[in-house]
Amino acid sequence: MEDSNRFDLRIPLRYGLIAGIVALSLSVIGIVALFAERFLVAGYITLGEVILFLAPAAMSYMAAGKAPQDKKWAALIYGLLTGLIAAIPLIILVLLAGVIDIRQFLPNVSPALIELLTFGRGINAGGLVLLVVSGLIGLLSAALSLLPERIRKPTMYGLLGVFLVGMFSEILSERLRAFFGLDAVKIIFEADALKPIAAVIIFIITALLTALWMERGDKVKSRFESLQPKQKTQVRSGSLVLGIALMVILPLLLGTYLSEVVNNVLIFALMGFGLNIVVGFAGLLDLGYVAFFAIGAYTMGILTSSGDLGVAGMSFWVAVPICVAIATFGGILLGMPVLRMRGDYLAIVTLGFGEIIRILALSDLLKPYIGGAQGLLQIDKPVIFGTALIKPDNFYYVVLGGVIIAAFISYRLSQARLGRQWMAMREDEDVAEAMGIKLVNTKLLAFAIGAAFAGLSGAIFASKLTSIFPHSFNILISINVLCMIIVGGMGSLPGVILGALALVGLPEILREFAEFRLLMYGVILIVMMLAKPEGFWPSAVRKRELHVYDDSDYEEFPEANAPRAETRDPGMHTPPHL
Amino acid sequence: MAILTANSVTKRFGGLVAVDNYSFEIEENSIVSIIGPNGAGKTTFFNCLTGFYQADEGDMLFVGQRLNGRTPDQITRMGIARTYQNIRVFPAMSAIENILVGQHPRLKANWVESIIGTKRYKQEEEEAEEEARRLIRYVGLTGLGDQLARNLPYGAQRRLEMARAIASQPQLLLLDEPTAGMNPHESAEMMHFIKQLRDDLGITILLIEHDMRVVMGISERISVLDFGTKIAEGTPVEIQKNPQVIEAYLGRGAAAGISEASTETATN
Repeated sequence: MEDSNRFDLRIPLRYGLIAGIVALSLSVIGIVALFAERFLVAGYITLGEVILFLAPAAMSYMAAGKAPQDKKWAALIYGLLTGLIAAIPLIILVLLAGVIDIRQFLPNVSPALIELLTFGRGINAGGLVLLVVSGLIGLLSAALSLLPERIRKPTMYGLLGVFLVGMFSEILSERLRAFFGLDAVKIIFEADALKPIAAVIIFIITALLTALWMERGDKVKSRFESLQPKQKTQVRSGSLVLGIALMVILPLLLGTYLSEVVNNVLIFALMGFGLNIVVGFAGLLDLGYVAFFAIGAYTMGILTSSGDLGVAGMSFWVAVPICVAIATFGGILLGMPVLRMRGDYLAIVTLGFGEIIRILALSDLLKPYIGGAQGLLQIDKPVIFGTALIKPDNFYYVVLGGVIIAAFISYRLSQARLGRQWMAMREDEDVAEAMGIKLVNTKLLAFAIGAAFAGLSGAIFASKLTSIFPHSFNILISINVLCMIIVGGMGSLPGVILGALALVGLPEILREFAEFRLLMYGVILIVMMLAKPEGFWPSAVRKRELHVYDDSDYEEFPEANAPRAETRDPGMHTPPHL
Repeated sequence: MAILTANSVTKRFGGLVAVDNYSFEIEENSIVSIIGPNGAGKTTFFNCLTGFYQADEGDMLFVGQRLNGRTPDQITRMGIARTYQNIRVFPAMSAIENILVGQHPRLKANWVESIIGTKRYKQEEEEAEEEARRLIRYVGLTGLGDQLARNLPYGAQRRLEMARAIASQPQLLLLDEPTAGMNPHESAEMMHFIKQLRDDLGITILLIEHDMRVVMGISERISVLDFGTKIAEGTPVEIQKNPQVIEAYLGRGAAAGISEASTETATN
């Protein structure tokens, strides 16, 4: 504890070096240069600059937090030093680039990058400017950390708001134009970037909203908590109705491009609900989940395709139950041999199953039936009342329907006896069996229902793409869905949707990042796991609200309630069921 | 009438004979204890009874029906429940949820009904939850029903485990060291609670216990195991004076010394 009051220059040194190395790495791989011209706030800040200075800013903020608490100016010094030190690796890079042809070793260190790093002022002057700018950023970050929370939080959220609007300017401006016309867009945006005035306004609005929520948020929450159970249910049902209404009109708000993104998100969310049952509820680690997705897709293909491989020419709606049934059967088929396996062994076997299905799909053996590497083509879209649902805006409702069914079933089961059976089995399989739970049935049900949801998702997926190929059904999909539910919060239903939004939605709308998309995916995963390992929306909110809520008298500790030999009140300790 | 009969039960683990030719009979509605030094085979015997292990030799009969070869869930549904030496509540589930799982054998509605939400299902769930809350109060955990089991203090977890065990309305309850880790006051309360279970609910109780005050205080019969074999069986008074029992616990020298002392105090 004493040490925290002493000046330790190793801290800014360490943090500065980390920041510098991160900034250097980002520069060297080319992501900074990629966005060198991409303005967030027109004429002032580019995305490239933000990416470059993000690490120095963050590290200076953290270093300032480690400064001796009693001397405020110490935090500022720490921040300044961190910023200055962070610039050093970049300066070295710039100097090196001036002396040798660095592109031989680091092909992405383009002139554009150097231009950005030196602020267009040539190597020597530029290096100095870089140093100063970095130091300033460090200083400002440190100053930010010193602010009282009620100013700091709104400021940070304000900056975040401006950043997000600037980042997603393309999508936002397109939507704005759809609703309010081109003039409205021109007020706020200039090409791809925010107009400076608009940026300031957005900053102020977001900051104010944050401050308002900080003030009032707790009060709103406590008012909700103090409501009677009946009123709470009313509020919940009301929000649910509102939520569903919003979901129904969503395509109108989002337009075609975003509807397509949402369709992908929902298809994955549907799979997420299924895997959530297998892994989240029942605790069975299934790494081959994509198998059932494939089975559903190929079944839909065979049944509805109007091409050579289609056998039945069925309509989408007739085929769906069949796809689900066959996928369910697949789930039971997988479940039976693995009933005794636990943990790693279960994971490996299920992984194998997933690969078997993929290889079968790719094989020459089944090629006459399902197309092999050439794929299964000409799958029809669903038809309602004569119209084929081709546009994403319309197809959306099919996917939404599937997701709502899956969410409903998942929710009901989680609250029911079967949900408890799964949870008990996950917590302690032997004791669960000793409670009278038939493990075989419970496990098979988990696999079966999980597979059913994946089959439904696959069937919808096939219809959406109208042609499917084996390479779409690889292990990465299984892993992606698993990551989704971990990031969202295992076992939690809203978590599945949030996970899908984060890991499927975000990469889609961040297409700007081109080849760095996977890097972003990895960064999101790592950040999520560091920040919230339990998931975005963990299912600890499992308080069962009941109409029969007996425990209105909350007493502090068990000692007070122990069955006391002498002093017990015969009335209170009547046996439960005589 | 004997509710549970064990005939020459033997359980081996490779070369180690954990339970050796053990025969034992329990009368209905009685409280019986199995005692013995650590490693004597007591918990192994429990595990054979509940189907967690399969006995190698011998039979176990519960109300006339054979227990051998049955799975644990079948045995529970026949009417036997147990608690564990090292409390095994479901940690991430609430106390109420733990007890609801305990009620599993008694609930009839299936999962399809739970999705649809049939009347029978809703009614059954309501009654189950009411029953769970009553059990929470019965064992003295009022107000802690919605707490996660792992957050409960040790004594509360023990009581939760017992509530969970009696939730299935068993005829025979196996308690594995119910007073482990308790101070004398808590042990006395537990003694009283166990007697209450037998008196109020008509449950037959088979205990494994190390605390002699508890054993001698509530048992009607005691069976003593050492290295897997039964070395004595009888009433508490008989067992206290039995030289082999004393030797098993305290060694040969003590056996001689204590048997002298007990002949003096046995005049009560």
